[in-house]
Amino acid sequence: MLRIQGLTATVDGKEILKGIDLEVPTGEVHAIMGPNGSGKSTLSYVLAGRDGYEVTGGTATFNGVDLLGKQPEERAAMGVFLAFQYPVELPGVGNANFLRTALNAVRRGRGESELDAMQFLKLARARMKELSMPEDMLKRGVNVGFSGGEKKRNEVLQMALLAPKLAILDETDSGLDIDALKVAADGVNALRGPEFSALVITHYQRLLNYIVPDRVHVLMAGRIQRSGGKELALELEASGYGAPQAA
Amino acid sequence: MAAVTETIETVQAATEGTYKWGFSTDIEMDYAPKGLNEDIVRFISAKKQEPAWLLEWRLKAYAMWLKMEEPTWPSVHYPKIDYQDAFYYAAPKEGPKSLDEVDPELLKTYAKLGIPLKEQAFLAGVEGAGDSAADARMPIAVDAVFDSVSVATSYKERLAKDGIIFCSISEAVHEHPELVKQYLGSVVPQGDNFYAALNSAVFTDGSFVYIPKGVRCPMELSTYFRINAKSTGQFERTLIIADEGAVVSYLEGCTAPMRDENQLHAAVVELVALDDASIKYSTVQNWYPGDAQGKGGIYNFVTKRAQCRGKRSKVSWTQVETGSAITWKYPSCVLLGEDSVGEFYSVAITNNYQQADTGTKMIHVGARTKSTIVSKGISAGHGQNTYRGLVRVAPTATNARNFTQCDSLLIGDLCGAHTVPYIENRCLTAKLEHEATTSRIAEDQLFYCRQRGLTQEDAVGLIVNGFCREVLKELPMEFAVEAQKLLQISLEGSVG
Amino acid sequence: MSQVVHTGAEGFLHRYEGLKDRLPGARLPWLAALRARAAESFRAQGFPTRRVEAWHYTDLRPVTQASFDEALTAVEDDLVLPAAHTANRVVFVDGRLRSDLSSWPTMATVASQIGRIEGRVALPDEPMAALNTMLFEDGMLLNIPAGTDAGVLEILSIASESVRPTAFHLRHIVRLHEGARLTVLEVNQGPDGTRYLHNPVWQVEVGEGATFTHARLQQEGALAFQLGSIYATVAAGGTYDNFTLNAGGRLVRNEIHATLTGTGAACHMNGAQLLGGGQHADTTTFLDHAAPGCASRQTYKTVLTGKSRGVFQGKILVRQAAQQTDGYQMNQALLLSPDAEMDSKPQLEIYADDVKCSHGATVGELDADQLFYLRARGIDEATARSMLVRAFLQEAVEGIADEALRGALEAAVEGWWERQA
Repeated sequence: MLRIQGLTATVDGKEILKGIDLEVPTGEVHAIMGPNGSGKSTLSYVLAGRDGYEVTGGTATFNGVDLLGKQPEERAAMGVFLAFQYPVELPGVGNANFLRTALNAVRRGRGESELDAMQFLKLARARMKELSMPEDMLKRGVNVGFSGGEKKRNEVLQMALLAPKLAILDETDSGLDIDALKVAADGVNALRGPEFSALVITHYQRLLNYIVPDRVHVLMAGRIQRSGGKELALELEASGYGAPQAA
Repeated sequence: MAAVTETIETVQAATEGTYKWGFSTDIEMDYAPKGLNEDIVRFISAKKQEPAWLLEWRLKAYAMWLKMEEPTWPSVHYPKIDYQDAFYYAAPKEGPKSLDEVDPELLKTYAKLGIPLKEQAFLAGVEGAGDSAADARMPIAVDAVFDSVSVATSYKERLAKDGIIFCSISEAVHEHPELVKQYLGSVVPQGDNFYAALNSAVFTDGSFVYIPKGVRCPMELSTYFRINAKSTGQFERTLIIADEGAVVSYLEGCTAPMRDENQLHAAVVELVALDDASIKYSTVQNWYPGDAQGKGGIYNFVTKRAQCRGKRSKVSWTQVETGSAITWKYPSCVLLGEDSVGEFYSVAITNNYQQADTGTKMIHVGARTKSTIVSKGISAGHGQNTYRGLVRVAPTATNARNFTQCDSLLIGDLCGAHTVPYIENRCLTAKLEHEATTSRIAEDQLFYCRQRGLTQEDAVGLIVNGFCREVLKELPMEFAVEAQKLLQISLEGSVG
Repeated sequence: MSQVVHTGAEGFLHRYEGLKDRLPGARLPWLAALRARAAESFRAQGFPTRRVEAWHYTDLRPVTQASFDEALTAVEDDLVLPAAHTANRVVFVDGRLRSDLSSWPTMATVASQIGRIEGRVALPDEPMAALNTMLFEDGMLLNIPAGTDAGVLEILSIASESVRPTAFHLRHIVRLHEGARLTVLEVNQGPDGTRYLHNPVWQVEVGEGATFTHARLQQEGALAFQLGSIYATVAAGGTYDNFTLNAGGRLVRNEIHATLTGTGAACHMNGAQLLGGGQHADTTTFLDHAAPGCASRQTYKTVLTGKSRGVFQGKILVRQAAQQTDGYQMNQALLLSPDAEMDSKPQLEIYADDVKCSHGATVGELDADQLFYLRARGIDEATARSMLVRAFLQEAVEGIADEALRGALEAAVEGWWERQA
């Protein structure tokens, strides 16, 4: 389970997270909704360990292990996966090479054997077929020249291959058409099970039609302002985020 | 192709006599004897009743100059200058007085140039001045430099209320010697380069600005340089100091009569920005460029440099260079203070036989210093346009950033566009980016505009203005309008 | 008898005076005259100092302060050659042909054909080329007849061990007639413990529709100076592809002059500089677009560790006649050490209006976003850095079509990186 208590964080000296309390029990999918600038992406970067996001207080543990003191790759090996809102382009780094290196690094972390090139290709091709991704994407540079939708699919493919225990999806739905959205949702739903949890960060309720969350939280001004069941998302869609802030 | 040829011809026809600032003023002048020697340096100093230390300073500069050689590295070509064949001091006989007593001939001259010296009047566009619509505009304080001397400075009293000093540098030598002594030559030392040494020896006037701590200058300050006398060089010296937290925007304009001879203009501008201070320095350089055959025109050899001494200080240079037969000019920033910022935005046009070798130097010394360079060069006719720039990052400038963009536009196939950047990085965490492109006005762009009803000239003006937009938007509003018109006028006679 | 040590330009001029009657072709009046003119040019210019604009970033004092001897001609049978990359290889040791170590069906060298190449030996203006013209002894002479595909040839130059510093000056002369094709892999190596100067000059003439692919692997010894130049002309529809990997040497200058003389000629110049320790490497290119409708592409990458210093100077000249020129140049440097320094001077000089020319330059350390992305996927920092450095270099290598060539260069990149890590 992911447990966040009193988490505060600054970016460039400015406090963005002002005390986040959140628990995502193992096996559950939670959604975090909120307006732009509320701290949603900051939360995802803090959990993944990006430089420049300084934790000033509070704790975050995953299955009882402290996350915040760990290197990004150590968190990845623990099973934490961040699907980036803006996947980074890596010119010159072949997608296949990248995926295999990452997969084997995570497998090593889990004490599993590494995959050789053939085993990896077989696995990757199977996953790509499920995601309707053309095979030549393996040969291209990571995210280089990919359309917005292709980049997001590439994130979902990585998630499918790395089989994380905790997936954090940072606005994975932005810029996706409905078909791509379904593909992304299917990717998450396929992983759902008693050992998998997810934190789905989104601006819109739309994605939650396809990834039905167990709980919905509203993040505004650096704090979780409300929590509720999946119906909360519909309510927010209808009435907007304004009401609780005014209250 | 036909469309392009036609444009060239149309515009050539229109160009004869497009330099509207080319008249001369008949006024009684006081000259130093022709030529340059130690006595001339003493003569200038005596004329200005300077203190002994300044004469010594000038003589030292002169001694240095004698040992220096004219630089040959710029991509400009001109016959050897005879430094003995010019007047180094020329001033209206009637010395500077209060604004009300300025010679009416001079007032007329400035009115004709569109530069109002009367307070409550305003710097207006190139096309004319003083219309009543101007009343709504911000007032601009003007220092008018005519050949070798400042003839008038407006709004001095109003500015003095805020503790701002705005006067000619000759006056500052007498009224504020401690400031002049402290800062003169502290950014551009006498021996910095050949022209700076010459200027240090014989400078005659220029503007002096001091903005005290925490003061935001309430109006634009500006200096208007006019070369009028024949066979005269202009050597002005400008010094601007922005004390901690001060903010100032300064404008500079220049014109000269049309003459067959080449006249020399060798200025030095020094800017000092202390902690949190900000200086914006804008130039519209419209010296006489010579005629369509390349005869006459000003040789413009200028040293402009800013030191961002303070933390978070900022200096922004914006220049629109349309005039001069030859331009040699690199407004630079030495970024000493941590988090200081240097900017250089430039449009340079060379038409007919004009040559420009211009750019900037950004020297990063302090941590997290940032610089931005945007240069737009337009070559037309037989014009040669060179961007020359240096970005140097010292090991101390951790996390320094530079972004440079140099774009060249060629109009016609007899001109040249050159880009010579020097990028020197000695700091691991610095990040430097440089991009340069060269292009021309495409026929399909012209055709598209004409099909939509624009004339050839308007289409070219539109495209050129679009090309320069990133720079023009940095200019204060009123100057930007003037600059746009100037671009179009400068290109007349060569556009294709 | 007092021993006078001659250094700098004087040392080489002194050597020329002593050797001029014994150099190959000494009895040929045209060649003797040419060498004399070269000596005059070199005497007038000397070794360039940093005051010469073209040498602003490269200080030759380590070269001019040393005194160089002629390499001894002893045939060393215990010489260990690196493995050949191709079936055909010609080997030069200290600038002299070793036919016993070479295999090339139609082998001709400059020295062996010296009586038949009148008018073919050029004297370029630059001082390093003048030095070479004054003292060259041998080099490949490649004359590829029209329509012939001459395949792949490896040219290996090695320096032998010597207590005293030595110097040699290979002169390679290449001509591809109409539609001919040739690929050359040039490998330069030497012992790490010997201080020597290698001053090669290539003359390259690419005929109409011909294609010359020229890959260079510069792995000179750790104390070596290599000051090399290429002078290439490309006729209409011809292509000159140059790839240079600068990995060895103490002080290296790789100067390439290419002139596109006919419509539709093309030139690609790519390269990588892999620098560490106290190495100094300078790549200087001069691309002269003299004819319309030509295209040029340049991509240079420099990776710097230790106290190394990298220099890139690249000039694209577009002459008035060269309308419809398409010129592109990119030079990027990756700093991996706080003590490294990179200086770049990309230059455009353009006199034609209907052209598309651009250049770009970047200098910086590894991209923090990219590093984070890799680490967020579980890849440790060292591996992530290594992946990004190799990816950075990949772009310069990937343009090489010949697989054997690309393999050789990729292996050299890998080898270098492993030694750094």
